[in-house]
Amino acid sequence: MAREGDIAIRVDNLSKRFRIPHEKHATLKAAALHLFDQKSYTEFQALDDVSFEVRKGEFFGIIGRNGCGKSTLLKIIAGIYVPTGGRVKIDGRISPFLELGVGFNPELTARENIFLGGSILGLTRRAIEEKFDRIVEFSELADFIDMKFKNFSSGMQVRLAFALAIYAHAEILLMDEVLAVGDSNFQSKCLEEFNNYREEGKTVILVTHDISVVQRYCDRAMLLRDGKIVKMGDPEEIGNEYILQNMSDEEKRIAEAKKDGAGDGIDRKRDVAITNVEFLDEKGQERSVFGTGEDIIARIHYFSRQTIEKPVFGVAIHTQDNIHISGPNTRTSNFDIPEIQGEGYVDFIIRKAPFFTGTFNLTVALFDWNLVIPYSFQEQKYVFRIKSAEANQYGVVKLDTGWKR
Amino acid sequence: MKKINSLQYYGLVRELTLTDFKLKYKASFFGYLWSLAKPLMLFGVLLVVFSKFLKLGGSIPDYPVYLLLGIVLWTFFIEATFSSLTSIVSKGDLIRKVYFPRIILTISASVTASITLLLNIVVVLIFMFFSKISLTVTAPLILALMIEFFILTAGVSLILASLFVRFRDIAHIWEVAAQVLFYATPILYPLSLVPESLGQIIMLNPLAQIIQDSRYVLITNETGTVFNTLSFPLNVVPYALPFVIFAAGYWIFQKEASKFAEEI
Repeated sequence: MAREGDIAIRVDNLSKRFRIPHEKHATLKAAALHLFDQKSYTEFQALDDVSFEVRKGEFFGIIGRNGCGKSTLLKIIAGIYVPTGGRVKIDGRISPFLELGVGFNPELTARENIFLGGSILGLTRRAIEEKFDRIVEFSELADFIDMKFKNFSSGMQVRLAFALAIYAHAEILLMDEVLAVGDSNFQSKCLEEFNNYREEGKTVILVTHDISVVQRYCDRAMLLRDGKIVKMGDPEEIGNEYILQNMSDEEKRIAEAKKDGAGDGIDRKRDVAITNVEFLDEKGQERSVFGTGEDIIARIHYFSRQTIEKPVFGVAIHTQDNIHISGPNTRTSNFDIPEIQGEGYVDFIIRKAPFFTGTFNLTVALFDWNLVIPYSFQEQKYVFRIKSAEANQYGVVKLDTGWKR
Repeated sequence: MKKINSLQYYGLVRELTLTDFKLKYKASFFGYLWSLAKPLMLFGVLLVVFSKFLKLGGSIPDYPVYLLLGIVLWTFFIEATFSSLTSIVSKGDLIRKVYFPRIILTISASVTASITLLLNIVVVLIFMFFSKISLTVTAPLILALMIEFFILTAGVSLILASLFVRFRDIAHIWEVAAQVLFYATPILYPLSLVPESLGQIIMLNPLAQIIQDSRYVLITNETGTVFNTLSFPLNVVPYALPFVIFAAGYWIFQKEASKFAEEI
């Protein structure tokens, strides 16, 4: 346990319950008519007995699926929501905002927006005046400073918002999916700036879906699920846990479908379907994490009630940033399948997987020969992970390259 | 956790007020003149109808200016309360994303209306000059009256803004109530035209008290005020009410404020 003075945020047994009324009485008449009714509502436990500490100077990541309570947690820390139970103790000046550019008014000029946005972030006018030049310089918008904000491109808007956010100079910075905006260049610029924050002993709490961001930048991370902490600790581990969790959910879903579908997981109403994709290594062992250079076999299970002549199986591999890496199909690969009928599988083999550490999504599809009828199309539904042992990894794929002079 | 640095939030009130004020007149050519045109137009119509046709203002010297002042004050009350009404709901995005004391939004709506009031009072002073009304020693009392007026308006605004988050009916109710209030307040007619017992009830209303006192200190001594209508214990009521309303409004607002982010 760290010393008291080193703790930036301490959360004790925090819980938050939302009451979702079945009929919301938005008018007085409705409220009056239902005054003596039993109030009916669904209770939703967004956070359930969450306790953790964040040390000063730490870059702390919170990940979890939608609805796991991560945004609610951040809102309680920021003071936007009041918790149902438990306590949050904060030591240091906290940024009260969760998103960039909150409070900017499109009708005002960039200059006016810096003052408006700055005062919403809790800066005095004098403080903004002192920082004004640096904010403008960082945003690289000096030539447009008296232009209306609404006429800015979205990239420029983000630049201004970010410049203001970093010069707001809170000691604890809360960010909710902030990196969803801006191009990847800008995203890394933001993250580098957060790294500088850490060196200045400032604390950053980042809520995101993006495992790679957490693994690359965070000192520590926490995985939330259904309002509870699943695991807390090393970002690498947490990221892997998150992937595992998502995969086991997927397996559970398929198992459920199998139960409902009288045994074999096939939607009986449909005649043709890709029923599952398994990832296997060279030895035929089912795995989800592979090393760079290993063979990956994606076994695509299908079912077809009728006979389909000359079907085409296709795949697509995407990164988490939705970059399409490759997308072969059996027709372009000259792998002709005369016909399919009943249950079976096709193996798609990635030889010597040339990927660096990261998470990849596999899309699978089953078409007719002319690629007109999509019998089955499952977009980015299957996930595999690469964990590379190589020290210096730049980029997504490892190409077969060399040097010469 | 919620350490309130008053200096910092004073800045926020000012920025929000300035923004509102700027945006209100931004795209219009005549800008601020429009907010002047509205009370002047109403003033012109009422002047013709009530002093030329109905000859209501007979006994009151300088009835036109007297009428104008009443309308300017009333306009402030309406503008402030209606813009405060939606001040929380219309800033939903801000409330869900940033923490700051929510009361700032409602207060700055009232402050924005005060700027217009200030400019309009200057116009009244110009009219007074042309009507050759000279300021008396009581004139500075107008400042105290305006502070009272602001407290009353802010109090009503706080109640309306916090209730509006839950019950959208409030907008319609307030619209109807405002019309009733307009005629229940001696803005158009002199108090002398009203039967004495009714006049006493009318003067319990702090709006009536503020408008009549303002006319008394700026324009003419020959107007009904709380002091020549009500006797001791009752004549305290209109002066105390703004503070009671403000306290109630503040209490309701702060009680509700923590739930705004979830309810909007």
